[in-house]
Amino acid sequence: MARGVDSAQSLIEQVRAGHVPSIARMISRIESGADGVVEQVAELYRLGGHARIVGITGPSGAGKSTLLTSLVRELRARDKAVGIVAIDPSSPFSGGSILGDRIRMSELYHDPDVYIRSMATRGALGGLTRATTDAVAVLDAAGKDVVLVETVGVGQDEVDIVRACHTTVVISAPGMGDDVQAVKAGILEIADIHVVNKADRPDANKTIRELKMMLKDAGQLSTGGWNVPVLATVAEDGKGVDELVDALERHYDHLLSSGEIEERERTMAAHRLKTIIQNVALDRIEDPSTGSDFDEAVEEVRLRKRGPFTVALDLLESSV
Amino acid sequence: MTETDRPIRVLVAKVGLDGHDRGAKVIARALRDAGMEVIYTGLHRRPEDVVTSAIQEDVDVIGVSILSGAHMTVFPRIIELLEEGGADENTLVLGGGVMPDEDVEELKKMGIAEILGQDTPPDAVVETVRHLVEERGARV
Repeated sequence: MARGVDSAQSLIEQVRAGHVPSIARMISRIESGADGVVEQVAELYRLGGHARIVGITGPSGAGKSTLLTSLVRELRARDKAVGIVAIDPSSPFSGGSILGDRIRMSELYHDPDVYIRSMATRGALGGLTRATTDAVAVLDAAGKDVVLVETVGVGQDEVDIVRACHTTVVISAPGMGDDVQAVKAGILEIADIHVVNKADRPDANKTIRELKMMLKDAGQLSTGGWNVPVLATVAEDGKGVDELVDALERHYDHLLSSGEIEERERTMAAHRLKTIIQNVALDRIEDPSTGSDFDEAVEEVRLRKRGPFTVALDLLESSV
Repeated sequence: MTETDRPIRVLVAKVGLDGHDRGAKVIARALRDAGMEVIYTGLHRRPEDVVTSAIQEDVDVIGVSILSGAHMTVFPRIIELLEEGGADENTLVLGGGVMPDEDVEELKKMGIAEILGQDTPPDAVVETVRHLVEERGARV
């Protein structure tokens, strides 16, 4: 798609200039692990560091995509260039996926300062693919002021978002089962900002009240001098979205003024490194050309000839 | 690693006033079950929406389902927009739906890779997509 781009360097220049087909191509190259992509990502990573990265998560049906669309509209009204990475799960059986987040975002298609990319988890542990953080780095280097990372579902996957974002927004909605059961423990704690969407429903106040109570009980209403707000929105007509963008700005200001930004970015960098190390180690161990025989190691463990921990350490020592 | 390590990405689109999307959804599922990544646009999209999405998502294939009879307007516009966006060489366009034979011939001359009629079994659609992407070869 990047016709006329004849070298890796010019692809990077095109990405920096915000050339959409080049941004798209670069993300595909990352996804497929194309030749030379490690160097390209390194270059882009060095150039980035300006975008605010915001994670958005919550149970399916809470209205994430719709709220995202309203949120982008408001960010655009404040003259921010926006990148969106929308993540959906891959089927564990076929590896395929249906990525449907664009359905609700069609009004954003023709704004040249909005870029939307759908990504599948491709079986990655932790929901955020190895490629996701690199895709965020591409959008950062491409000059986006805000990069929104949207993930579906609830659980451990979402905890990983925090480790890749400056601010995490957790969305829930009234009527999603007993109390706020949809927002399970673990998800509650990762939010810097809580949003109760569909707040025009009659039971919305009850949900907001219960959520605040749960946060209070868990000692999560205030962390590190930041009071976690519980906001009410109606994504369909944009109600409350103004306040959400205000809260995002307030949180970022808080990170800067309290110095917590350093700690966040250290966590982000550490998580990124750990993920890469895990992936590379596994790749090497499973690669027969490194001299290790992973299949045989599996057999040894299966037949209980040797302990799994011993075998794992041996594999690490011999091939990493 | 080569670029083929990436699953085939397909944009499945419904364009214009045609609101019949069951076929498009069946095809989307079949492609997904064959291990492809399918981006579904939803109903009532404009050719501009389809091509913008295809470029942002860097898809290998655009599949447009049309049952309204507007194919001779929609497909030429999509081809034109892909050319304007510099994405025509890498993006295959497939059509599905009900169209007269003489139109099918003309659409293929315009650069539509294949038209799959309403009786095509989902498996045959999967095979066609695989074959066409393989034939196109590695991307630029």
